[in-house]
Amino acid sequence: MDDELAISVRGLRKAYGDNVAVAGVDLDVHRGEVFALLGPNGAGKTTTVEILEGYRRRDAGEVSVLGTDPAHPDADWRSRVGIVLQGTGEFDELTVAEVIRHFSGFYPDADDPDKVIERVGLADKAKARTHTLSGGQKRRLDVALGIIGRPELLFLDEPTTGFDPEARREFWELIRDLAAAGTTIVLTTHYLDEAEALADRVGVIAGGRLVEVAAPNRLGNRQEALATVSWRTPEGTLESAQSATPTAFVADLAARYGGEVPGLTVTRPTLEDVYLTMIGHAR
Amino acid sequence: MTTTTKPATPVTATRGRRPGAGALALRQGRLEITQFLRSRESVVFTMGFPIIMILIFASIFDGTIGGGVKFTQYFITGMIATGLMTVSFQNLGIWIPIERDRGVLKRYRGTPMPKWVWFAGKVIMVVAIGIAETVLLLAVAVALFDLDLPGTAAKWFTFGWVAVLGVTACTLCGIAISSLARTARSGSAVVTPVALVLQFISGVFFVFTDLPTWMQQVAALFPLKWMCQGLRSVFLPESFGAQEPGGSFELGRVAVVLALWCVIGVVLCLTTFRWTTKRDG
Repeated sequence: MDDELAISVRGLRKAYGDNVAVAGVDLDVHRGEVFALLGPNGAGKTTTVEILEGYRRRDAGEVSVLGTDPAHPDADWRSRVGIVLQGTGEFDELTVAEVIRHFSGFYPDADDPDKVIERVGLADKAKARTHTLSGGQKRRLDVALGIIGRPELLFLDEPTTGFDPEARREFWELIRDLAAAGTTIVLTTHYLDEAEALADRVGVIAGGRLVEVAAPNRLGNRQEALATVSWRTPEGTLESAQSATPTAFVADLAARYGGEVPGLTVTRPTLEDVYLTMIGHAR
Repeated sequence: MTTTTKPATPVTATRGRRPGAGALALRQGRLEITQFLRSRESVVFTMGFPIIMILIFASIFDGTIGGGVKFTQYFITGMIATGLMTVSFQNLGIWIPIERDRGVLKRYRGTPMPKWVWFAGKVIMVVAIGIAETVLLLAVAVALFDLDLPGTAAKWFTFGWVAVLGVTACTLCGIAISSLARTARSGSAVVTPVALVLQFISGVFFVFTDLPTWMQQVAALFPLKWMCQGLRSVFLPESFGAQEPGGSFELGRVAVVLALWCVIGVVLCLTTFRWTTKRDG
């Protein structure tokens, strides 16, 4: 097995009764990479990730996570893998600091609890009971528990659900810090901007299959896609044309209009356009 | 002036800094106790219930049960046994489904914590709260109702092993029954009727031998009856053994039945315990 791979998956399948959640997924995640699994609700993201985390049994396929089959996790493997689950497991009666300190005791090489509390932005909530935290603050606590053991590999299942825009930006910074320190990160999200902002590569999952895996700016051959040039005619109607050479096209237009082209825009498909097309095909 | 600079401490990973197994279990126990004490419902329900019951019963039945022995001597045994069952069986049967539903158990499973540490934490909590609650109960009964404490070391020894075996059996059964509850809220619906019925048929609220024979026989299948009987041998004079259904306090049989329930409890725990809810797949 390739040492450069943090995760290697071949032919992964999982069904719940007649409902096939994961229908043959092949996936490689390199060490040090930030990989985003992007897909609509019910696409199979969480099932896939929870199999990789050792929570669920698979029906078929080969899976290796940090060189170990997650169906048979041991304590050493667990101490190298950080997990931020989708649902929060709350400790209503305890304070933020108590929970984080307690969990730090489970890991052989745990980070300093106070530092982690600071890092996830809960310093002023350290002494608060966890049930008094807002949704976004609870999510930060989840993240703190995910990183307290200094994992080599961190799973984040829809980590920023419930965050306000500012909290999301701060969270992204935290993820970038962790990635810069060499942590391999696998996150699921249904936010396109999150995948685009954080991930080295994005895997689009729909209907239990990986539809495409690529760098965010290459997804769906976005770079090679035709640009759409649109403008208004002197009569006021909207004209548009697809062009592989939009610069030349606009120069032509400018010459035709003898200067300013009214209402001129040049666009390429956004990640969202590409994504919606992809998951649309998969359905 | 010269300054000596310390050589930089190597920042290599120091794996193995984790507390040892025993320390991990103690930490877990301390955390469980903290959580219990901070949850007002648990404290009132678990600690308060037997004390309220002894206050009511000892006030209503302030006579004797013959031979100059106060009713309190009889009822205290049922209250101690009930208290021990509440703190172990009911407490765990109600709380574990809540923790499972909240995802607390799933979160523990995602850490390198050895599984047994979590169970050890629960046991430590049950034992600590059980001792505190029993001491409180005895103190109230001695102070308000002139309870006579056991007079010999042998009786205290019997008290000890009956309590330990009983709590162990009830703890294991509480963990086992927690898997029957599908949601957080159904835990108490599963556990409370079982506990209540056992209390009625096991001689907690009534003199056991006054109950219909068939009821006594059903009760004899479960641990609570035997806990009460073992404790009666501690708090009642030796001569009262003759009034038991078996003609004596049958301490040997008490030990065997409670030990058997420990074995049944372990088997059920090992075969049925779930760290995640059904919908987690």
